[in-house]
Amino acid sequence: MVSWPVLSLTTFLPLVGVLFIMALRSGDDEASKRNARWVALWTTLVTFAVSLVMVWRFDPGSPEFQFVEKVAWLGGYGTYHMGVDGISLPFVILTTALMPLCILASWRAIQTRVKEYMIAFLALEILMVGTFSALDLVLFYLFFEGGLIPMFLIIGVWGGPRRVYASFKFFLYTLLGSVLMLLAIMAMFGQAGTTDITVLLRHSFPRDMQPWLWIAFFASFAVKMPMWPVHTWLPDAHVEAPTAGSVILAAILLKMGGYGFLRFSLPMFPIASHDFAPFVFTLSVIAIIYTSLVALVQEDMKKLIAYSSVAHMGFVTMGIFAATTQGIAGGIFQMISHGIVSAALFLCVGVVYDRMHSREIAAYGGLVNRMPVYAAVFLLFTLANVGLPGTSGFVGEFLALLGTFKINAVVATFATFGVILSACYALWLYRKVIFGKLEKPVLAHITDMGWRESVVFAPLVVLTILFGVYPKPVLDMSAASVTALLDNYQRALGAAKSAALVK
Amino acid sequence: MTPFPSLVPALPEILLALGAMTLLMIGAYREDSTKLVNICAILLLIVAMLIVARLPDATTFGGSFVIDSFARFMKILAYVGSASAILMSLHYQAREGQRAFEFAILIVLSAIGMGMMISAGDLIALYLGLELMSLALYVVAASNRDSTRSTEAGLKYFVLGALSSGMLLYGCSLIYGFTGTVSFAGIAKASAQGGGIGLVFGLVFLFAGLCFKVSAVPFHMWTPDVYEGAPTPITAFFAAAPKVAAIALFVRVAVGAFPGIVPQWQQILVFVAIASMALGAFSAIGQRNIKRLMAYSSIGHMGFALIGLASVSSGGAQGVLGVQGVLIYIAIYLAMTLGTFAVILSMRRADGMVEQISDLSGLARTNPALAFFLALLLFSLAGIPPLAGFFAKYYVFLAAIKAGLYTLAVLGVLASVVGAYYYLLIVKIMYFDEPAKGFEPMPGELKAVLGVAGLFNLLFFVYPAPLLNAATTAAKSLF
Repeated sequence: MVSWPVLSLTTFLPLVGVLFIMALRSGDDEASKRNARWVALWTTLVTFAVSLVMVWRFDPGSPEFQFVEKVAWLGGYGTYHMGVDGISLPFVILTTALMPLCILASWRAIQTRVKEYMIAFLALEILMVGTFSALDLVLFYLFFEGGLIPMFLIIGVWGGPRRVYASFKFFLYTLLGSVLMLLAIMAMFGQAGTTDITVLLRHSFPRDMQPWLWIAFFASFAVKMPMWPVHTWLPDAHVEAPTAGSVILAAILLKMGGYGFLRFSLPMFPIASHDFAPFVFTLSVIAIIYTSLVALVQEDMKKLIAYSSVAHMGFVTMGIFAATTQGIAGGIFQMISHGIVSAALFLCVGVVYDRMHSREIAAYGGLVNRMPVYAAVFLLFTLANVGLPGTSGFVGEFLALLGTFKINAVVATFATFGVILSACYALWLYRKVIFGKLEKPVLAHITDMGWRESVVFAPLVVLTILFGVYPKPVLDMSAASVTALLDNYQRALGAAKSAALVK
Repeated sequence: MTPFPSLVPALPEILLALGAMTLLMIGAYREDSTKLVNICAILLLIVAMLIVARLPDATTFGGSFVIDSFARFMKILAYVGSASAILMSLHYQAREGQRAFEFAILIVLSAIGMGMMISAGDLIALYLGLELMSLALYVVAASNRDSTRSTEAGLKYFVLGALSSGMLLYGCSLIYGFTGTVSFAGIAKASAQGGGIGLVFGLVFLFAGLCFKVSAVPFHMWTPDVYEGAPTPITAFFAAAPKVAAIALFVRVAVGAFPGIVPQWQQILVFVAIASMALGAFSAIGQRNIKRLMAYSSIGHMGFALIGLASVSSGGAQGVLGVQGVLIYIAIYLAMTLGTFAVILSMRRADGMVEQISDLSGLARTNPALAFFLALLLFSLAGIPPLAGFFAKYYVFLAAIKAGLYTLAVLGVLASVVGAYYYLLIVKIMYFDEPAKGFEPMPGELKAVLGVAGLFNLLFFVYPAPLLNAATTAAKSLF
């Protein structure tokens, strides 16, 4: 078989676009803006196409890492080692699939420094795909942290009025969490003598070391996820970021936290994960209920969706640390579904924001009279956000709750309240913005979605419904890896228990 | 009678000394020779660099002068720093009308001192090198003699420097008194038996003097004032080459002369490192002047570099790891500092140099390339991957974790987060704020320095092997 480095190609293809845009004549005239947009769009589309080759050639029956590439890099301190398994591949595809939509969503909204904007997005794509496919801890950290720079600039340069505060908060919060993880990575290297993730997955860390490593990784992923009480950077960052920035934040950057739990915390520190599970459950339930309540009183559309993201991520952490097949599969599915739905919701906000330049809920009302198509699309995603059966949102939440219920019925019961609350705030938002009489004079001439916007929403609508009624593709893709993960987890716990008995 | 010592290991220093004297003659007897002297000085340093790179391992002058991989590595860095400083001063001198040919000669003389320090094999050579370097530095700090700030900086540096030299000498004399030898090898032998309280006393004073030279807390007070007061090319020089030499000397003394009492000096270094990182991080936040900010930043960075040295808890693999961390750190620090100062030196409007951070406002719009490179260097200074600055921190923290210095490592990374704040603040001013008036076009030589430094920082992660291997070889030569 010809070993074509498909994975590296997917990861670094956007670099070609970056170089291309850099080579373009700089200037603020229409032509150069258009060139930058088209180059970025084509780059992301080609990247997406290449990433689909991986779906095609991926063997879902094997829990092993596939498309593996390994090259010497940092001497004895790290290798360039890439590969995907059933857990990471869905995220890679999610990333490459959403990027063209983000570029399209920024088509008209971004009018200043278009070149730099597109470069930042393409750089971000490299780093995000890299994060999900790195199989070396140092390499992972490199991609994981590197993503801060472009996102910082995206929020800070193209963001709203409080963008400076939001970008700093985003950067410093995430950095603070991550540096502790870096120390843990070094400690792991010291203990195991390697930073290769495939080796570390089979390595069992000493029992007294696991809690510390777990906490350090948790510090990073909990901020990224974000979990209550370290979620406060998210609403600020979401509100101030440009639409496409919010989309990427909600759809992909948040998923790095969940991915991290699945890739590192659970398999590498099983004993600590087991011991800390009640702690995670508590935080998750608080997140689900508390942030749902907070979402109820928001006056800003993006802020409301941001808080709802925190609540939905609560289901994910709960499902993952329940450590049952349904729980983890539900967590993964919820992340993918939330990636699609929250992205779509932020795009929905972007549609009206581009027209009216306001995100205040009170500034709208009765939009259904002028924008019927928009109202229908928004309704679908609102319902998906609520978790209505038949939409992708339902499958993930249901599986996560099911998986948790087997382990801890109380937690699952409390979490179910979150489902009800999510209906409250999501439908309230919908009623305020879409229904009612069109009374505000500024809205009298608002136009419905154009073809470009319809093109952006079409795939998201299809996927939301498709995964709602037929979730098999995602679940099948990750099934083998999830089973393998759980087998190892149970084995490690069993070994620890019998060791304790012998003592 | 002892035979005449071999001069080959000291060839670069001899060449530089003879060259400096010749240049002094040229400068004194030829009209308007500044430019010629500058260029010859750069060439001299380059030639010295080439010679150093090919010198075989040797010791001479009865063991006081050592050439090994470590010395080669550090000397090349010191010469690169010195040569770049001269290169970066060309335009400044021409514009400010400071046609003093002595400037380049003093830098060459100070480079000789650095070479001597890096190769020092005993306390006498150590002191000779240190003073030769420092005396030249005192003079160049005050070189803008019509400016009160510059003369104040020079005087302040001199007075405090003299004090620190005094402490260092006192420490040396105590060490000599308690061990009966000045050679590092001899001291090492004596300290292997424990040494006693007198030796530790001497060690403390010696380290105090060295901390002054690397501007580590609590001997950092001179740094912000001198950095701010001295002419900017001089500040660029101060921040780069002398730091390399002083860190090299620090490593050589600690590892070479006191391997027997590691716990004693390790606790000093842990404290100094923590204090430097914290002070560098917190004090820089409030700065408005970019040179002052760089002063605090360099204090912080020296703290990070010393983490590596503090992690040398024993010989063998752990020692190599620690020293290697220091070497990588200092090499990358040099690149980051030179690049940043190339930007600071090009902050010039029609009415002269500006050095307030607010003058960078909106640079991303008036000069996108310059802003991009500065942002890159700042992120690198903050230690954000995938830039080189991250790897610098990675290796020192790795050494600290392996040595079990968890508190030091945790405090270190926390300090680096605080430090990230003020670097970000500059990025924010450049990228998020409204543009101020643009700067004059950047002269070619600054562009070259900035380009090389910037690309090094950006692309280091692609092919890090050469530097890593060189640092490992250099670190191994000490053990």
